[in-house]
Amino acid sequence: MKYLYYPGCSLEGTSVEYNISTKLLMEALDVQLEEIEDWNCCGATAAESNSHLLSYVLPARNLALAEKMKSSKQILVPCSACYLNLKKTEEIIKKDKILFEKINIVLAEEDLVLKGDVIVRHLLDVLSKDVDIEKVKGNAQNKMSGLTIAPYYGCQCLRPFTVFDDPEEPHSMDALIQATGAGVFKWDMGAQCCGASNTTTKPEAGMELVGRILKAAKGADAILTVCPMCQMNLESNQKKISHKEGIDLEIPVLFLPQFLGLAMGMIPKDVGLNLNLSNTGPLIQKAI
Amino acid sequence: MGKVNNEQLLEQIGPVKEMIQTCIQCGTCTASCPNTEFMDITPRHMWRLLLTDHAEALFSSKSFIMCSSCYYCTLRCPRGLELTNAMSLLKQAASRLKLKQFRHSSLFYDAFLDSVKKHGRVREMEFMTHYFVSMKNPVVPFGYASLGLKLLSKGKIRPEFGSSGKGKLTALFKRVAELEG
Repeated sequence: MKYLYYPGCSLEGTSVEYNISTKLLMEALDVQLEEIEDWNCCGATAAESNSHLLSYVLPARNLALAEKMKSSKQILVPCSACYLNLKKTEEIIKKDKILFEKINIVLAEEDLVLKGDVIVRHLLDVLSKDVDIEKVKGNAQNKMSGLTIAPYYGCQCLRPFTVFDDPEEPHSMDALIQATGAGVFKWDMGAQCCGASNTTTKPEAGMELVGRILKAAKGADAILTVCPMCQMNLESNQKKISHKEGIDLEIPVLFLPQFLGLAMGMIPKDVGLNLNLSNTGPLIQKAI
Repeated sequence: MGKVNNEQLLEQIGPVKEMIQTCIQCGTCTASCPNTEFMDITPRHMWRLLLTDHAEALFSSKSFIMCSSCYYCTLRCPRGLELTNAMSLLKQAASRLKLKQFRHSSLFYDAFLDSVKKHGRVREMEFMTHYFVSMKNPVVPFGYASLGLKLLSKGKIRPEFGSSGKGKLTALFKRVAELEG
């Protein structure tokens, strides 16, 4: 199995452990990744708040670069915000021919052409649909049995494009968690919003949303995420919100591939666990 | 920019009104939105104002900038309206018109895109610094200082200084601006 790989900006900076663990896990699962050469920022939510055309041109440049590569016609994207931006561009050019033309007029500045023959896939889509789960099971070392793990999906890998899971009651992480021997924490916050960039620009609103999720996760041994924005919001505000609410809301938050890698015997430092902002110590202690 | 009147606003948001023409005011969007308690008017009310050409009232509310793009309203709208995209189009209009009450959010997005234009990718530290400087409020950065230091100590952000000269994606940004007029 081979995929083109689009890490996105966060995976080179604040979520570098997501990048490290994704690459390591995929290697262990015999999946080859080839990074798109000279990829650029997808525009995040900034481009769509600023210019309609730009919000499609930035992802489109990446799709055009991917089309030039020969090894695969599928792009694997770990970041949910990047995934959505690339996906919406893949989808809109099938429907809006005028916009499709405009995008190509702009891309011509760099002698690039977008044809529309690559498919954008989220990491969770590939892990839950393409990868042989027996490989996870076969390599799992029983470290995780006895743990209860809360799967947190966030929004943009589920909505508005409903590709691989139920957009209201997602379950695609369940089988992966169970393959490690751990139990799935039952909650209804898995598909709720973490506040996204509101935690920075409108903290009073953003923190409320993060708080709701952390409170609902009480009782779980860890939360797993598949998005750098969700991860940052859930990890970096725990102390602040605990203080405000007067209850201890601290909990380890890991990226899904970090957790799967650990279950398969990788050592914490190799999956970048030293880079997480939440205290992952309690999880590691319990896992051994 | 000085005062923008209702007519000028309407001209900007014509395409958004077009998009939500078949809204039946059922309020499913409001019931699905995680941010309503921080909005002065509800999403359903916003669409009503838009449909009845009350653009000034619409833009005197900050409700649409509270949208965190969770896409629940889009998913559940019984008319199949792309309401999250409509929210984005309103944010774009506020940014284009340089409306004073949305300065804070516009500056955040401008700082972000400036970093992308220059380097092709976001340099988080450079963009946040740019954002703080452009807000011209010396107190704001302190709220982010402890997270910033934590990220620095883990090597997740690096103090970088912008390269001078032609930006990486300048040609694309320029062509987009020409096409959008």
